[in-house]
Amino acid sequence: METATPHANYLTDGYTLKSWLLTRDHKRIGLLYLISVSAFFVLGAVFAGLIRLELMTPAGDLVESDTYNRLFTMHGVTMVFFFLIPAIPAVLGNFLVPLMIGARDLAFPRINLLSWYVYTIGGIFTLWALVSGGVDTGWTFYTPYSSAFSNSSVALVVVGIFINGFSSILTGLNFIVTIHKMRAPGMTWFRLPLFIWAHYATALIMVLGTPVIAITLVMVAAERLLGLGIFDPKLGGDPVLFQHLFWFYSHPAVYIMILPAMGVMSELVAAFSRKRIFGYEVVAFSSLAIAVVGFLVWGHHMFVSSQSVYAAMAFSLLSFLVAIPSAIKVFNWSATLYKGSISLEAPMIYVFGFIGLFLIGGLTGLFLAALAVDVHVTDTYFVVAHFHYIMVGGTIMMYLGGLHYWWPKIFGTLYHDGMARVSAVVIFIGFNLTFFPQFIVGYLGMPRRYHAYPPEFQLWNILSSAGAVVLAIGYAMPTFYLVYSLVKGKPAPPNPWGAKGLEWETSSPPPTHNFDEIPVVTEPAYHYEK
Amino acid sequence: MPQIQILPTQASTMAPQVDALYFFLVALTAFFTLLISGMVVYFAIKYRRQSTDEAGVPIHGNMTLEATWTVIPLLIVLFIFGWSASLFYTMARPPAQTLDIYAVGKQWMWKFQHPDGHAEVNELHVPVGTSVKLTMTSQDVIHDVYIPDFRVKADVLPGRYTHLWFKATKPGRYHLFCAEYCGTNHSGMIGWVVVQERAEYQQWLAGGAGQGTMAQIGEKLFKDLSCVTCHREDTTGRGPTLVGLFGKAVTLDNGNAVEADEAYIRESIVNPRARMVSGFQPIMPTFQGLVSEEGLLQLVEYVKSLKATPSNATGVPAAEPAKK
Amino acid sequence: MAGAHTTHHAKLQHHFDNLDQQFEASALGMWLFLVTEILFFGGLFLAYMIYRIQYPDAFAEASHHLNVVLGGVNTAVLIGSSLTMAMAVWAAQLGKREAQMAFLAFTMVLGLVFLGIKAVEYSHKFEEGLIPGANFRFDGDAQHAQLFFSLYFVMTGLHGLHMVIGLAIMAVLFVMAYKGRFTKAYHTPVEVSGLYWHFVDIVWIFLFPLLYLIDRHGPVVGH
Repeated sequence: METATPHANYLTDGYTLKSWLLTRDHKRIGLLYLISVSAFFVLGAVFAGLIRLELMTPAGDLVESDTYNRLFTMHGVTMVFFFLIPAIPAVLGNFLVPLMIGARDLAFPRINLLSWYVYTIGGIFTLWALVSGGVDTGWTFYTPYSSAFSNSSVALVVVGIFINGFSSILTGLNFIVTIHKMRAPGMTWFRLPLFIWAHYATALIMVLGTPVIAITLVMVAAERLLGLGIFDPKLGGDPVLFQHLFWFYSHPAVYIMILPAMGVMSELVAAFSRKRIFGYEVVAFSSLAIAVVGFLVWGHHMFVSSQSVYAAMAFSLLSFLVAIPSAIKVFNWSATLYKGSISLEAPMIYVFGFIGLFLIGGLTGLFLAALAVDVHVTDTYFVVAHFHYIMVGGTIMMYLGGLHYWWPKIFGTLYHDGMARVSAVVIFIGFNLTFFPQFIVGYLGMPRRYHAYPPEFQLWNILSSAGAVVLAIGYAMPTFYLVYSLVKGKPAPPNPWGAKGLEWETSSPPPTHNFDEIPVVTEPAYHYEK
Repeated sequence: MPQIQILPTQASTMAPQVDALYFFLVALTAFFTLLISGMVVYFAIKYRRQSTDEAGVPIHGNMTLEATWTVIPLLIVLFIFGWSASLFYTMARPPAQTLDIYAVGKQWMWKFQHPDGHAEVNELHVPVGTSVKLTMTSQDVIHDVYIPDFRVKADVLPGRYTHLWFKATKPGRYHLFCAEYCGTNHSGMIGWVVVQERAEYQQWLAGGAGQGTMAQIGEKLFKDLSCVTCHREDTTGRGPTLVGLFGKAVTLDNGNAVEADEAYIRESIVNPRARMVSGFQPIMPTFQGLVSEEGLLQLVEYVKSLKATPSNATGVPAAEPAKK
Repeated sequence: MAGAHTTHHAKLQHHFDNLDQQFEASALGMWLFLVTEILFFGGLFLAYMIYRIQYPDAFAEASHHLNVVLGGVNTAVLIGSSLTMAMAVWAAQLGKREAQMAFLAFTMVLGLVFLGIKAVEYSHKFEEGLIPGANFRFDGDAQHAQLFFSLYFVMTGLHGLHMVIGLAIMAVLFVMAYKGRFTKAYHTPVEVSGLYWHFVDIVWIFLFPLLYLIDRHGPVVGH
C-alpha cells in the first residue's frame, strides 16, 4: 500500500502477511473486514444479478426452479449475515470507535481479531454449502420445510450462520465495554459523537438478539441431523414457534443494519453543514428507543401466520410506535441543514440519497404495520421493495457515504470527488428504477420467491431488471476511482473536510497508537462555532 | 395499446376497503416524501457554503418543535392503526353463516373439497355474493392461500386448521397463489378462483359430485376404520358418543374443558392421548398416517353432521345447498 | 480511574491506563457475555415453557421418568463446585498459590462427578427407550412426551457442553496458577472464569426443577 505520507502510520507498521493476519490493531482489523465484506457483497450481488435476469421473462427459463430457489436463498443469506450486519460496524465502527472517543484501541483487541476469524470461518462454511449444492429454504429457514423437507445443505449453512453470529456478539461486546470504560478525559456521554451512540445501541442489539437466533439454528440443526421434533408437527412440535424465535432476532437485526447507518448520517450531516446536529440529545435517545422497541415488534412478520388477532394488533401498534424515533431523526437531520453551511461533496450526495430513499422505505413500513394492508402485501414484492429501500437505499448509501467521508483518514489519500458524485447519482437513479416498480407489482399481487410469474407482471419486472443494470454500474464505479486513489491519489491532510471530531485531530492515516497524546475533551460534539 | 394495470381488480367486499386505506397511505407517503425532500433540497441551495472557512449557525435544538413533530406523527400512526385494526378484525371473524369449503395444500397443488362432495384441484368454484369460509390444512410444509383480487391471505399449516373468509362481488377468474415459500415448485402452486353467478354455480354443482357428500364419505371411513366399534350412537361404547358432540364443551380427564371444534376432532384422531375425555380408558389407538388430511376433513364433516335427532338411524342428513 | 500503580505492570495492556481500568473492562465484558448466554439458553427455556403450558400432562408424565435422586445429587455437586470456585477466587485475591491450585482442582473434580452422573442418566434413558427418534417408546401421549425429551436432551446437553468448556478453562487456570501467574495485583482470569462457572451453575438450578420436578409435590397426578 503506497501512500505519499512521510510519517509512520498503522499501514506502514509491518508489511508482512503475518503482521496483518495476527494484528491487534483495530484499524487493520477494520480493513480485514473491508476485504471480506466486499467479497461477500460481490457474491451476493452476482446472485441478485442472476435473479433479475431470470425475472425479465415470466417463464422460468434461465435456470431450473431448484437453482432459482438456491439463488434467492444464498442472495439473502450472504447479504444479510455476511454483508449488511457487519458492514458499517465491523469496517467503519472498528476503525473509528476508538479514534472518536480518544482511545488507543478497543477494550479487547484480541477478541476483535477473533471476531474477524470467526466471521471468516462462518463464511467458509457457507461457501462450502454453496459449492456443495447450496440451500433452498429462503434466508428465513421456515420449518418444517428447512428442518424436515429440504434436500439441500441446510445444516452446513445453519452452522455457518451460527458461527458468524459469534462475530456479531464479540463485536457488540467489545463496543459496549470500550464506550463505557475507555473514553478520553472530558469525553462525557453527551459529548460523544452520535456515531458512537448509534453503535452503542447497535451493540446492545447484537449482544441481546444474536444468541436467540443462534439457539434457534441449533434447534433446526438438531431436528435435521438428530430427528428431534421441536418444530415438527408430526412429533408434537409447532412450526410457528420457529417463526417467533427466528423473528425475535431477525427483526432487531434490521436495526443492527440501519442504526449504524443513522450514526453515519449524523456525522455527515454535521460535517457537511458545519454545525451541530439539531436536537443532539433527542437523536441520541432515539437510537436507544429504536433498539428497545425494536425487540417488541417481531410479530409483524407473522400477521398471516395464524397468530391470534389480539397478538397481531399488539404487534401492529408497537410497529407503528417504533417508526416514530426514526421519523424524529429524519426531522432533526433536516432541521440541521437550516442555516447550515452546506457543501455538496460526494458524502453529502449520499446523505441526500439516503433522505429520499429512507423516507420512502420508512413510510412504506407503515403500509406493512397496517394490518389490513399487510394481509394483502405480505409475502409479495411490496415487502421486497420496502426492505431493499431501507437496507440498500439506507444502509448501503451510508456505508458508501461513510467510506467516502473517512477514506482520506483511513488510507491517507484523496479520491476524485467529481467521479464520486456522479456514481452516487447513478446509484440513486439505478436504485429507484430497480425497486420502485416492485411496490407496484407487489400490490398487484406478485408473490415473492417466485421463479415464474403470470405475464401481466412482466412490464414491472423488466423495469426492475433494467434498473439493476444501472445500479450495478453505480456500484462498480467507486471500485475504480477508490482503488486508483490508493495508487495515484494526492496525500490527504489530517482534516480534509474541516470537520470536528477526535478522529480528525490525528494524522491521515493515523499512527498505530492513534494519538501521540490522548486528547482532553472540553467541547461538545460538532462544536463548529467560532 | 394494452392498458397497463397498476392496481389489482376489486373483486370482493374487502377489496375496496383495503384499497381505501392503501390510497390514504400512498397519499401520506407522497406528501411527506415530497415535503421533506423538497425542504432539504431547498436548504441545500439556500444555505450552500459561500466560503471555505464558513461554519453554520449553531442551533442547539427546540423542544417545542421536537414535541410537535413527535406528537403529530404519533396521532397519524394511531389513526392508521385504528383504521387498519378494525378492518383486520372484520377479516379475522367470518360471518355467522358461511359456505364452508375445505382446502388441503400439498407440495405443489391445492385440493378443494366442497361439502356436497365436489373435489377440485387448483381451481375453486364459488358463487358471487356469498360469504365463503375456507378451512385449510397442509399435508407437508407451510403453504399460504393468497387471492390478490380479494385481498385475502392466510398461511396453511401442517397439523392444524387455519381459516380465511371472503365474499366475492364480481364474477370472473381470479389468481390464486401459494404465498409461503414451500420448495421447488412454489411458483407453480397456483390456480384460479372461479366466481360464478348463482344460476351458473347451481349448474356447476348439479354436474355431479361423484362419490357423495363429504359427510357421506366420512361416514364410510368411520366404518372402514372401525371407529364405530367404540364410538356408538348411544353411550354404551368404550369411547364417547359423537352424536351432538361438535361445538360442545368437553371435559378432559385433567379437569379442563375444551370446545370440540374441527381442530379437537382432528387431534383426537391422530393423537388421542393428548387431550382425553374424562371418564374413559386410554385405549384409542392413533390413526396418524392411516388417514389422509382429506380423509380427516371428511371425518370432521361427518361428525359435524351427527346432530342429536330422534331418528338417527342412518345418522347423516344431506348436505345443505349454498346458503344465501 | 485512578490506579494504584505508577510503574508499568507486566500484565497491563498498552491501550489501558491502569490495571483497575483493565480489570473493570474484563469483568464488564464477561458480564455481557453471560447476558448473551442467558438469551442463548433463553430460547430453549421459552420453547419448554410454551410446550409445557400446552401439554402439561404429557410433560408431567415424562418428567417422572427422570431420576430425581441423581438429579438432586448433581445439583448439590454443582453448588458445591461453585463454592470451591469462589474459594479459588478468594485464594487468588490473596495470592495464595497452593490454595488456588487446590480449590481449582476440587472444582474440576466436582465438575467431572457431575458429568459422570449425567452420563449414567443418559445411558439409563437409552435403555428405557426414551431417546427421541425412531426407537422412542412411551406409554401415554408419546408425541408430546417425545417433545419433552427432545428439550431435555438439548437443554442438558448444551449445559453439559458449557461445563466441559468450563473444565477446560479450569485446567488452563490450574496450569497458570501452578506457574504463579495470579497475584494480589493481577488475577483477572480467575475472577472472570469464576463468573462463568457460577453462571453455568445457575443455569442448572433452573433446569433441575423445570425438568425433574414437574408435579412431584404430592401424589403422582394422572393415571
